[in-house]
Amino acid sequence: MPQLLDAFHDPQVCRPLVAAIRDRLAGRRLRFMEVCGTHTVALFRSGIRSLLADVVDHLSGPGCPVCVTHEREVALFLDLAAQPGVIVATFGDLMRVPGPGGRSLKAAQAEGARVHIVYSPAEALEIAAANPSAHVAFLGVGFETTAPAVAATVQMAKARGVGNFSVLCLHKLVPPALAALAAEKDLHLDALLLPGHVSAIIGTTPYQFVAQEYGIPAVIAGFEPLDLLEAVLAMAEMTAAGKAQVENRYRRVVAEEGNPRALAVMDEVFEIVDAPWRGIGVIPASGLALRPEYAAWDARQVFHLTEQETPPIPGCRCGEVLKGKLTPPGCPLFGRACTPARPVGPCMVSTEGSCAAYFKYRVA
Amino acid sequence: MERILLDAGSGGKASHRLIHDLFFRYLGNAVLQRMDDAALLDLHGPVAMSTDGFTVSPLFFPGGDIGALAIHGTVNDIAMLGARPRYLTAAFVIEEGFLLADLERVVASMARAAQEAGVLIVAGDTKVVPKGAADGLFITTTGLGEVLVQPAPSGHRAAPGDVVFVSGPVGDHGLAIMAAREGLSFEVPVRSDCASLGGLVEVLLAAVPEVHVLRDPTRGGLVTTLNEIAGQSQVAIHINEEAIPVRPEVVAGCSFLGLDPLYLANEGKLVAVVPEVHADAAWAALRSHPLGVQAARIGTVCAGPSRVVITTPLGGQRLADMLEGEQLPRIC
Repeated sequence: MPQLLDAFHDPQVCRPLVAAIRDRLAGRRLRFMEVCGTHTVALFRSGIRSLLADVVDHLSGPGCPVCVTHEREVALFLDLAAQPGVIVATFGDLMRVPGPGGRSLKAAQAEGARVHIVYSPAEALEIAAANPSAHVAFLGVGFETTAPAVAATVQMAKARGVGNFSVLCLHKLVPPALAALAAEKDLHLDALLLPGHVSAIIGTTPYQFVAQEYGIPAVIAGFEPLDLLEAVLAMAEMTAAGKAQVENRYRRVVAEEGNPRALAVMDEVFEIVDAPWRGIGVIPASGLALRPEYAAWDARQVFHLTEQETPPIPGCRCGEVLKGKLTPPGCPLFGRACTPARPVGPCMVSTEGSCAAYFKYRVA
Repeated sequence: MERILLDAGSGGKASHRLIHDLFFRYLGNAVLQRMDDAALLDLHGPVAMSTDGFTVSPLFFPGGDIGALAIHGTVNDIAMLGARPRYLTAAFVIEEGFLLADLERVVASMARAAQEAGVLIVAGDTKVVPKGAADGLFITTTGLGEVLVQPAPSGHRAAPGDVVFVSGPVGDHGLAIMAAREGLSFEVPVRSDCASLGGLVEVLLAAVPEVHVLRDPTRGGLVTTLNEIAGQSQVAIHINEEAIPVRPEVVAGCSFLGLDPLYLANEGKLVAVVPEVHADAAWAALRSHPLGVQAARIGTVCAGPSRVVITTPLGGQRLADMLEGEQLPRIC
């Protein structure tokens, strides 16, 4: 696999595409939004952003799962961490997300909460099996990419009769967020770069409305430099030709129909609910909750957790950044009151957050 | 399965038994075995001194263990001042109930590492703390070495025009530890690069006594060390990403875990900043030593705001800032 991927980094292969993009744009600027935080980071890390800065504007969309986790959801993590006998199991990048009052899981851990960083929900289930006297609550955060593995783990817990395990389900769905975004009035976008990992699960069909209803060209892409350049070229070509389609340029991973087995597991365990997105608000039918058959593994039910209204963070404009209406340096807090050391908003916390990426990688 | 009891740190007979039967057996030398309250040393000229506490989990990992690390870590810090490491002290904090056999393994490993590095352990201390008050075993080592060149290399001496070298592939130790901690196994196993750099430094200084900066990129990895140098010297450091050696298995493991090898710890690598006129000699010297066979020229020092700028293989540029805290595995 690494040898195969080498070609996707090869400067000799990539450089002609940079020239082709400039050629195709013929002096016009291309303004696109990358929905996924991994794309944001890849555009910076590969240097593509700096190479095309004079012809391409890229905006970061709502596709970093940490960034769109609502502060009232973070409040739920902290409620869970405060429960006696509970071990909170989480992916690492939720540790520093500030909740109401700026408290994070890191702070809760320093105060004595038991928080374990895991690499997969299955690992959290094993911790539960090995610690029968504790209750392990896994923080189910992420898009369609992570939701199937969480669903499968809940099924496994049920099948194995592991009763001291639960999931705080905060999963969110990408297409409803795109629909909410596309319906925004003052959104000036030439094209959308669609997430590769999410698409591997859901396929290409759920995105068709973007092109058909809103006339926005969209490209599904991978994360290597060649993938990104090919996608930018495809966006440039479509805008030049005045056509709007959803193109799949990540065929080595994304099948048109997605991953039917993963979708089936998700459907079996989760139902679709309205969900709050940080900086955006509640988007109808954009979240997942455990179905009633799995209530015994639903941390909300087990611990009677309820979401409380939280006041907005004063001065934070993450919402506009997530909607592509503001680039991070345009926020008055960026780099001053809000830095990775003292993040005010979620976009500065996650390694994949757009503000953090600008802060970390931008040379000029 | 004999275990360490609280008595072993009491200063009484049990302590003496541990000292004689274990520490002297492996680490013994004329200075240590005088058993005075302090070691009497013979040092000449300017002396480099450093101290480091070691709290690695797990204690044993592919390519090393806490004992080897406790020797190499302090030896390397001394060597980075252009000094020949001579003497170390070692202080042990042992959790009650720790396996004697494990302690013996650690001490034997320290003895091997000290011999390789050419240092003597001349003083030591053992404390046993109640179960739960420490995580197995902590070791603190302090070292002294004789400075070989004047002025000694320093993080303040990087100057515009200087050339930046790294002595070999980066990220091995950090990834090996993370994989061992999480019980992950990769197709090609990743081993810690844990090694003493004293020999490599002497070879380099013999060829190029004018070396401006030597640093071992431990915690925070290569990029953090380069940022420290840029800050201390008030210069910009421009790095060519393609030139940085990283093993393919480390690239693969990092990509899987969402980690950046440029921020992972190394325990047997150094960064050297050398005046341009001596760059070829420095490169040849590094390459002539077994620990430097993959040494590479990775960048240059420039005038400008203190920061690290990376040129990507595509020819684009990005900033390489220090991380806020440890790297955390991410969601997707």
